[in-house]
Amino acid sequence: MTDRFHLDAVPIRLESCGKTFPGGSRALEPLDLTIRGGETIVFLGPSGCGKTTTLRMIAGLESPDPGGRVWFGEEDVTALPIERRNVGMVFQSYALFPNMSVAENVAYGLKVRRVERADRERRVEEMLDLMHLGAFAGRRVDQLSGGQRQRVALARALVVRPRVLLLDEPLTALDAKLRDSLRLDIDRLLRGLGVTAVYVTHDQGEAMALGDRIVVMAKGRVAQIGTPRDIYHRPTDGFVADFIGAMNRVSGQAQSGALRLGRGAFPWSGPDGPVELLIRPEDIALAAEGEEDTHLDGLVAAAVFLGDRTRLVVETGDGPPLTVDAASRSGLARGDRVGLRLDPSRLLNLPQP
Amino acid sequence: MTTMTLSRRGLSFWAQLVFTLLVCALLMAPVAMSMLAGVTANYFVGIKSGLTLRWVEEVWRLYADTIFLSLRIAFACLGCTLLLGVPAAYALARRQGAVARAVEELLMMPVAVPGLATALALIVTYGGVGDLRRSWLFILIGHVLFTLPFMVRAVLAVMTSIDLKTLEEGAASLGAGFARRFFSVVLPNCRSGILAGSLMVLTLSVGEFNLTWLLHTPMTKTLPVGLADSYASLRIEIGSAYTLVFFIMIVPSLILLQWLARHDRSAP
Repeated sequence: MTDRFHLDAVPIRLESCGKTFPGGSRALEPLDLTIRGGETIVFLGPSGCGKTTTLRMIAGLESPDPGGRVWFGEEDVTALPIERRNVGMVFQSYALFPNMSVAENVAYGLKVRRVERADRERRVEEMLDLMHLGAFAGRRVDQLSGGQRQRVALARALVVRPRVLLLDEPLTALDAKLRDSLRLDIDRLLRGLGVTAVYVTHDQGEAMALGDRIVVMAKGRVAQIGTPRDIYHRPTDGFVADFIGAMNRVSGQAQSGALRLGRGAFPWSGPDGPVELLIRPEDIALAAEGEEDTHLDGLVAAAVFLGDRTRLVVETGDGPPLTVDAASRSGLARGDRVGLRLDPSRLLNLPQP
Repeated sequence: MTTMTLSRRGLSFWAQLVFTLLVCALLMAPVAMSMLAGVTANYFVGIKSGLTLRWVEEVWRLYADTIFLSLRIAFACLGCTLLLGVPAAYALARRQGAVARAVEELLMMPVAVPGLATALALIVTYGGVGDLRRSWLFILIGHVLFTLPFMVRAVLAVMTSIDLKTLEEGAASLGAGFARRFFSVVLPNCRSGILAGSLMVLTLSVGEFNLTWLLHTPMTKTLPVGLADSYASLRIEIGSAYTLVFFIMIVPSLILLQWLARHDRSAP
């Protein structure tokens, strides 16, 4: 169904795009980035990290500081305002026109482009069908649910066959269940249409599910760019490691080529002294207390049953408590004593933010 | 205890009702009397002298031109306040700075300053410019000055209640340039404010007396000035009939204003 809507895959290139707001505050340090044609790239970070500013510069709603350039394919669009960039944009607050029906909203961009009436009506109808909105064509916007509104906004942005689709926290205003189903819809659309998409979110789950690549940002800088797997398994600094998923900190002592961590010792190439290492909950195995090959013993301070697993908080008496996942039927509870086995190949030694 | 509370509440309810009705009667009686006087053959004899439309006809003969002038000024004033006020409200809504807020406050000045003072200032400053003093345009200037704040406020209230910036960004992302955005998205979504402001301006302009009394000349009398004139110099029946005519003009627009306000609340 989405084949006939296939869009051109236009690459985007940002060349030293920084942004200083009047008053002198730096929203974004100069950024160089190439987004491949047809790729879905997700800008992820806490509020104020510069992700929305970057999106708005690609959209043409903000211009980069002098010297910055924005390229769509071979075209330098830096000086073009948003209305001449041929982008599609989806907003957190939907930005649907309350004075128009659903169909009129979707037809708006085609009217602006002077698409002939018959052609326009056909394309609007096809797009509404694609988004499962056919039955709502004549409705007023305020008669729709949040999820339906955002689907109208997507239809409105896509019907004009934009060069780039820009999504600014499109799921943030929705409740959890709607968010999941619309996320799947968006994923299906982006894969099917082949359009270059830039997606901004503060939700790491959304970023992992939708992004071909994720750009993690903090304080106006790029912290890391990579595939969701890269970002999760090979974070390049402590900020990224903490921001994505759950992360534990364990401290050890390096001495003459070996790292002592609890009862264990691992080969170590770094200098001697105290070392802080990171490890994901799923890379820590549970065992009985004092069992052979375990590195640490601890007391279960909290157990949160999540259905498919139980998340334990284990006090080891040395450093911050560790988060560890137990099997759903393990039956471990608060007050139980456990042994912990760390996977040495999964220990991360990262520069701290 | 409960019955006491109930009876106390009951008592205060009845007292308030009686008081409200009394105030209403006090306010309505002169209006009713005046309107009745306008169709009474001889006011001093009373209603038994018979009802007649003679005085209304007399008013029409003597003052039709003031009615037409009032209408002309009211609609010209509406045109001016729309052309000036809607863009002004838009600019104020889109700008967040201290300057914009200061301008917003300054715009209210003509309402705060007594009409007579404004009129005097206009005469002192522009009274000598060409034929302006003798033209109805002089009154129009005064009316625009006085009514513009009401238009700006009404439109601005609606503009700040919707997320105008994002709506416009949405339209721009779909390829719409400024003019297109303004006419297809901004204006239609501010319709209720523009309507409310328009009716306010029309009503205020038709009824304006303070400014107009100083600004008018014998050749440029408006309806309220004519009304004062007739009360001062003619039979009380004619003045009253004049009031009747005034009501016929102003009441429908007030009703329309109320209806629109209610209509807008039920359909957000």
